Amino acid sequence: MAEELKVVVFSLAHEEYGIEVEKVKTIERMTPITRVPKTYDFIKGVINLRGVVVPIIDLRGRFGLPESEFTDQTRIIIVTHQELEVGFIVDAASDVMDINEDSIEPAPEVVGGIQAKYLRGVAKIGDNRLLIMLNLTEVLHKSEIVKLEQLEV
Amino acid sequence: MDLNQYLSMFIDEANDHLQALNEHMLELESRPDDVSIVQVIFRSAHTLKGMSATMGFEDLASLTHEMENVLDLVRNNQLAMDEFIFDALFKSLDALEAMVADITAGGAGKADVTQIVVALQSIVRGDYKHADSAATSEQQQAEDDADTLDEFQRSILEQSVEAGLHVYHMRVQLREDCVLKAARAYMVFQVLGPHGEVVKSTPPAQDIEQDKFDGSFHVFFVTTTEAAVLEKEVGTVSELESVHVTSLGLEDIKQWNDRIQALSGKQEVAATAVVEQQAAPQNGSAPANAAAGGMKEDPAATSAKTIAATANKAVQNRTIRVDIDRLDVLMNLLSEMLIDRVRLEKIAGDLKQNELTETVEHLTRVSSDLQNIVLKMRMVPIDVVFNRFPRMVRDLAKSLDKKVDFVITGADTELDRTVIDEIGDPLVHLLRNAVDHGIEPISDRIAAGKSETGTVNLRAYHNGNHVFIEIEENGRGINRELVLNKAMKNGIVTQEKAASMSDEQVYQLLFASGFSTAEKVSDVSGRGVGLDVVKSKITSLGGHVIIESKLGHGTKFIVQLPLTLSILSAMLFRLGNEKYAIPLTSIVETGMVSKQQIRRLHGGMRMIDYRDSVIPLLSLSALFDCTEYSDFQEEEIEIIIVRKGERLAALAIDDFIGQSEIVLKPLGNYLKSVPGISGATILGDGQVALIVDPNALLK
Repeated sequence: MAEELKVVVFSLAHEEYGIEVEKVKTIERMTPITRVPKTYDFIKGVINLRGVVVPIIDLRGRFGLPESEFTDQTRIIIVTHQELEVGFIVDAASDVMDINEDSIEPAPEVVGGIQAKYLRGVAKIGDNRLLIMLNLTEVLHKSEIVKLEQLEV
Repeated sequence: MDLNQYLSMFIDEANDHLQALNEHMLELESRPDDVSIVQVIFRSAHTLKGMSATMGFEDLASLTHEMENVLDLVRNNQLAMDEFIFDALFKSLDALEAMVADITAGGAGKADVTQIVVALQSIVRGDYKHADSAATSEQQQAEDDADTLDEFQRSILEQSVEAGLHVYHMRVQLREDCVLKAARAYMVFQVLGPHGEVVKSTPPAQDIEQDKFDGSFHVFFVTTTEAAVLEKEVGTVSELESVHVTSLGLEDIKQWNDRIQALSGKQEVAATAVVEQQAAPQNGSAPANAAAGGMKEDPAATSAKTIAATANKAVQNRTIRVDIDRLDVLMNLLSEMLIDRVRLEKIAGDLKQNELTETVEHLTRVSSDLQNIVLKMRMVPIDVVFNRFPRMVRDLAKSLDKKVDFVITGADTELDRTVIDEIGDPLVHLLRNAVDHGIEPISDRIAAGKSETGTVNLRAYHNGNHVFIEIEENGRGINRELVLNKAMKNGIVTQEKAASMSDEQVYQLLFASGFSTAEKVSDVSGRGVGLDVVKSKITSLGGHVIIESKLGHGTKFIVQLPLTLSILSAMLFRLGNEKYAIPLTSIVETGMVSKQQIRRLHGGMRMIDYRDSVIPLLSLSALFDCTEYSDFQEEEIEIIIVRKGERLAALAIDDFIGQSEIVLKPLGNYLKSVPGISGATILGDGQVALIVDPNALLK
């Protein structure tokens, strides 16, 4: 039997993406971000999420997409995955929807400029809507963090 | 019943009991004749046994049971502690610890403890040392209150029969008009004494001694003498109503318990004893019965002992255990509240309404009290770290064949939980070091005109915002030349440099990685690992180590630690619109320098004069890639002078905000380590400020 998945849908550079709802802790509006020096450009810094300091990743930057101004629609999706807690800056968070596991197909090599390894697959919903499922393990891959640790002052 | 929910409680308590057992055993070792300590140990062991049985950890329960048997003899003065017994008991403790550790790790707590059990049993039988058996036989073993045999007693009786000895069950009834029942009973035991050994008496000997019996008692007796002879001899004691001696065979012993249960209603005399004793468990607590359920032991005895233990506990234990994570959550909620408080204060200030202002002021007071309490809750006495050391030092001294007095002071000194968790290992290294390297072998000490027993002092105390832990020993002291020679051989220092080094600098060489002055690699140390780890660990906790030493007189390691890692006094400052904090502990002073005072070296490094020396001026804005501020254009630069060990440096900043107590927060797993940043804190306005790690800047 194919399993039903509940996903949070958000948009980034005119594409729609999905993250399993159980990995999403909350969705926040933009709050002031404290820059952390000597990290990657796509790490925007840290925020105070109700007393917990959470690092914030600009997903556009992470995927090498051109960065854009933050708007009223900009959201921070707080994601918990394998003991990592991070926030993703996305253009907008629009919906929660059920999709069928079967409808997820392997991602084509390049989707909107994003490397396929970051993607779990593409789900077809409705007639012409495509939902790109994120592969969080790759997006938050440790090797990037290891590289950070090697930076010298 | 689902026992899993009690598992963590069980583990905590088991560890507590093991710790207590260890401590008291050590205490007993120094005062082997103090029966009151044995009582305490016995109670701990007994509770542990009950707990384990309830939780279904049979191996744990049966090993503690064997220990209990030994301890029981000791507390009834039937057995004197000696080295063999101590070793066997310590070994049992180790095995118990291993089992509990296994349970903690998710195992079933099983272990092969046959050897230990054999040793313990041989102690109880007295045949580990034959000379002892005569002494034990004079008195009787007091075990259970009812007439049932426990597994252990049964096995003794069975073995005795197999060994060709006679096993008798003797029932003695005193006359109604007997005046001194206890004395008569004592005489009976006196008569029995030379003939063999009382394995069990009902009621127990101590009750009989205190006249707590109703005129009859039973003994299980192992002897070579014939029944008739015994009966006759015992009969010579006056004021006895009757003496019945029944010879027991193997089968009788095996079926004894069943028979007793079947007979308990009919056999009048036995019944009185049993009923009287069984009144106790009904008043007693149900858990005590449940605890005994796993063991073939008489419930009356169990509950009586358990009640005693609980009563004792109620006095000492006015605490509850809280998961540290919950305290963290509480702390987070509190810091959120503090942020809202600041906002409220601002709103109240704007609105200028008396009632509101008063309420907010009250809220402010309450919340700062709350904050204090939550912070205090995280403080733990350093005892929890120290308490495992006496045992370690004992074992170490023993294995090295040295004599060491270990003295702990200030075990009640409180430290933040986070520091406590980290400090154990470094202290272990330092203590091992003190016993192995510091204290000389006995012969050397005598040759040096010292007492043969060395002393290791472990002290903890507060001083200002720091906790000091000292490990001092009166051993051989550090030989400066030896250290320097070794350092030069390893290429750590050059000959010229060596000559000009202060003693303190020389001693710090010991912390160099791979450094060891031990000529021989022993089991304990000398492999050159350890002290460098100690140093880096303590440094990572924001503390440092100082060594003082006098050749021939001993060495003192002083570890200085911050009181807490989660709250620290810091200086807040700005770089453009970014706010940062720097721990006050590493700040020497703050000040200003004008552009003219800055000198440039060839490499472009900026230096300033400070007191009598020249120190580097680091640009924080450049190090942190600040876009909005750069100190290079400023005419006057605010500086913070920071220290790491001997080295000083000035950090150029934009502006001071002020001094403040800040709550240290990690940056999260994703940003585990960022160079130059040790963490973050949340300011009153809800903003996150980063905490600068001066140690990383002063490499």
